[in-house]
Amino acid sequence: MNEELLSAIAIFVLAVLVGFEVISKVPATLHTPLMSGANSIHGIVLVGAILIAAEADNAVSYGLAFVAVVFGAANVVGGYVVTDRMLQMFRRKPAAAKAAPDAGGDAAGPG
Amino acid sequence: MPQQWIETFVFLAWLAGAAAFVLGLHRMNSPATARGGNRLSAAGMAVAIVATLVHVATRPGGLGTTAIAIIAIGFLIGGGFGLMVARTIKMTAMPQLVSLFNAVGGGAAALVAIDDYIRVLGTPEETVSTAIFVVLGVAIGCVTFTGSLVASGKLQGLIPGKPIVVPGGRLLTIALAVLAVLGTAALVLGAGGAVALSPAAKLFILGAIIAAGLGFGVTMVLPIGGADMPVVISLLNSFTGTAAAMAGFVINNPVLIIAGALVGAAGGILTKLMADAMNRSLMNIVAGGFGGGEGTVGGPGVEGAGGSVREIGPDDVAIQLAYASSVIVVPGYGLAVAQAQHVVRELAELLEARGVDVKYAIHPVAGRLPGHMNVLLAEANDPYPLLKEMDDINPEFERTDVVLVVGANDVTNPAARSNPSSPIYGMPILDVDKAKSIVVIKRSMGRGYAGIDNELYTNPKTGMLFADAKDGLASLVAAVKAV
Repeated sequence: MNEELLSAIAIFVLAVLVGFEVISKVPATLHTPLMSGANSIHGIVLVGAILIAAEADNAVSYGLAFVAVVFGAANVVGGYVVTDRMLQMFRRKPAAAKAAPDAGGDAAGPG
Repeated sequence: MPQQWIETFVFLAWLAGAAAFVLGLHRMNSPATARGGNRLSAAGMAVAIVATLVHVATRPGGLGTTAIAIIAIGFLIGGGFGLMVARTIKMTAMPQLVSLFNAVGGGAAALVAIDDYIRVLGTPEETVSTAIFVVLGVAIGCVTFTGSLVASGKLQGLIPGKPIVVPGGRLLTIALAVLAVLGTAALVLGAGGAVALSPAAKLFILGAIIAAGLGFGVTMVLPIGGADMPVVISLLNSFTGTAAAMAGFVINNPVLIIAGALVGAAGGILTKLMADAMNRSLMNIVAGGFGGGEGTVGGPGVEGAGGSVREIGPDDVAIQLAYASSVIVVPGYGLAVAQAQHVVRELAELLEARGVDVKYAIHPVAGRLPGHMNVLLAEANDPYPLLKEMDDINPEFERTDVVLVVGANDVTNPAARSNPSSPIYGMPILDVDKAKSIVVIKRSMGRGYAGIDNELYTNPKTGMLFADAKDGLASLVAAVKAV
């Protein structure tokens, strides 16, 4: 076991503990956005995809790296955008702001 | 010397990215700071990616044209697809989209590990530890790839939501797991020199591990019922984090290790919280098809019910509602699918104008993911304080005149309390049946997502209004106006 690996394992263990602590106090309402937010974070694998793309020197590696970059980019970009869309809806509006709430009312009008 | 400086800055930028992920997740604890938290996390991601590009562009030898093309085109295709889908998807379909993004993340982690293994094969870099992390990254990544695709397909309705139990399916799952473990052992021993294996043989074994992982993902998720999908997606999300961390070990990159471990742990906790909300153990869920897959799903409920269903028209319901003093609306996935959030809000406003006390009862797993229903109702501008969580609202049902169940099924099924032979026995439910009168808006007598019958519908206090959630609510709005 070299020293680099040992410190990487130490980092891993500490990050796991941080992950446990950071999550334990979230209200149920936010579970879905939170899952989605965590989902975007593992899009960090895009960094790995870029690194292997830079090292690639044969057709197989090029192919693997390309698919990895596509997958990673979809995970990162899509994940953050959809999480943001979810959270946008939690904006707390003051009660006075519901002046024109008549969305979808036309279906019932003539009854 | 300048090269060293750049390397230091790159490392610090990766660290800053990792710190942003931790702080961002932490801020997602509360609705007030959640959006900022997600943006902080996104900023950290941007910093980490830019630093990586600087890193590969400035190292000795630079970046080849092919590599530049792969990165640029790949990013445009993947990112463009993600952006487009994430912006246009209906909020009701969002859970399967999250699962899809999870699938590609797991796939990317597996590919990174596979590629690195091919590179180090036969070189001194092929050590025991590398082999361990490669096979872990590949196996976990492959399981999450197909598992998340199946979960996504189930939510989308491309694959039937009910547990699919194939005779011998569990044996196949176990066989695939054994195959992956044996392959792992062979590659690790091979890397250590304990077993002499040619590079071709090693690649073949890696291929077998990939196939076993992909197969395992399918056979693991297929027998699990649709109602348990949220927990499964969360579990797979945690797996993907772990796979990313393993890929980080393989290519020796700290930000992958930190972010992956963070998501692995956070996803694990979240999974446990969700399983707790359904009063089910994780083992029970993963063991498949509602606790052991006896194949009798739906059976006990039918025997227990037996009674007949009372149908009721919109005008009768309108009168009940208009002259009630308290009404609780129980929205479910059917409301979300019909995009009826706005109509239900209109009905509630009409009733409130008549002095009726209207509240919403939100089951933790209403919709398809915990908190999904809150997102949808927030979209329709429903006042946050009126949305009541299960534990707060359950004592109130007894004092409530009318409960209006709109497109919710399994979360109101009294069998979860009373019938030990029911597959959902023990799941916390909304005590809708305790109210003085119950109205259920439902398209047909079809079963809910768990695939079982609901005794609530044959309760003498229950009236059934057979309609699409939106049409049914619209007819109620019209009828209440006419009262």
